[in-house]
Amino acid sequence: MSEQATQGLGRSDQPSGPDGARKAEQGWPLWEVFVRGKRGLSHVHAGSLHAPDGPMALRNARDLYTRRQEGVSLWVVKAADIVASSPDEKDSFFDPAADKVYRHPTFYDVPEDVEYL
Amino acid sequence: MSDTEVHQTPTGAQQPVGRAVPADEPTGDALTARYLTQLADDALTYAQRLGEWVTNAPQIEEDMALANVSLDLLGQARALLTRVGQLDGTGRTEDDLAYVRGEREFRNVHLVEQERGDFADEMARLLLLSSYQLELYSALLSSADETLAGVAGKAVKEVAYHRDHADQWVVRLGDGTPESSARMQAAMTRVAPHVAELFDDDPVSVAAAEAGVGVLPSSLREAALAHVAAVLAEAGLEPLDEAPRWRSRGGRDGVHSRPMGYLLAEMQSVARAHPGATW
Repeated sequence: MSEQATQGLGRSDQPSGPDGARKAEQGWPLWEVFVRGKRGLSHVHAGSLHAPDGPMALRNARDLYTRRQEGVSLWVVKAADIVASSPDEKDSFFDPAADKVYRHPTFYDVPEDVEYL
Repeated sequence: MSDTEVHQTPTGAQQPVGRAVPADEPTGDALTARYLTQLADDALTYAQRLGEWVTNAPQIEEDMALANVSLDLLGQARALLTRVGQLDGTGRTEDDLAYVRGEREFRNVHLVEQERGDFADEMARLLLLSSYQLELYSALLSSADETLAGVAGKAVKEVAYHRDHADQWVVRLGDGTPESSARMQAAMTRVAPHVAELFDDDPVSVAAAEAGVGVLPSSLREAALAHVAAVLAEAGLEPLDEAPRWRSRGGRDGVHSRPMGYLLAEMQSVARAHPGATW
């Protein structure tokens, strides 16, 4: 993505050389995009993009990720603002749940006439 | 936005706007077809220009945004040109009208045919054209021509987004760094001579408005330019120069500036080299 954008700035009508524009563009923060497909569903991560600020990120997300009517709602979040679990912590975070089958609601008999369960 | 000065006319000089319209003015379906041709050619020509930004915009995200705008306009042009072919009695298809007409038969304003400048130039042009088109299509929702009213219904939403896109960038560039502000200001100065032509009451639009099909361009001016003024104020830019040293005219009569021929040559070359080809 950054490679193509950099080529775009190399056009002849742009001031070339060690220009500030290129540095500024590389400084545009990364945003993560979440799309809700339809009412009632959750927002799902769709991808990421660069934008100078939130309103532009939202518009870029509209153009990049909802071209084919994929969504009815968009969220954009600065990637730097997301606190994520680390792969290094995978064992201590997730493995202890592996042997606790009683946390799944599988030990109940469901009456036959109960729908939507 | 260069190279139109060959067609310059002093702003003060009053010329009859309709000098190239034949004495036997079209009526009925032929009039509607002529009117729709003007709207379609604005959209088609600008779609072609905007397509040039793909791979050339400052960011790949912006490539996509401008391609989206271009495709919206292309869709409007396709629907309108198809209707033109039905109404004018020639039975021409949208492709016939887009690819086989000559330069003098295109009725778009000079604004949309100007060569691609820098990114600020494009945002200036998009701001002006979309401000005009939003008022235009809002008024055409009640057109007596059902196809046109239908196209307008779809176009209003599309053009509102185009205008928002231009708003966003004009404000950011105008209120950005000293360089971005100076370049945005320069772009507004370059676009100014092409603005008046959008709002000229050409004979075809006047007749179409009387027939309930069209709308008087001059009636759109106040609202469209009020929006532009608000954006420029927010961007910290000077107000639009409404009395530039020269102004464009002639597009609605098929008299174009130099870039138009080159644009058509590129747009039509494949269709003319391989007539009737399909894939």
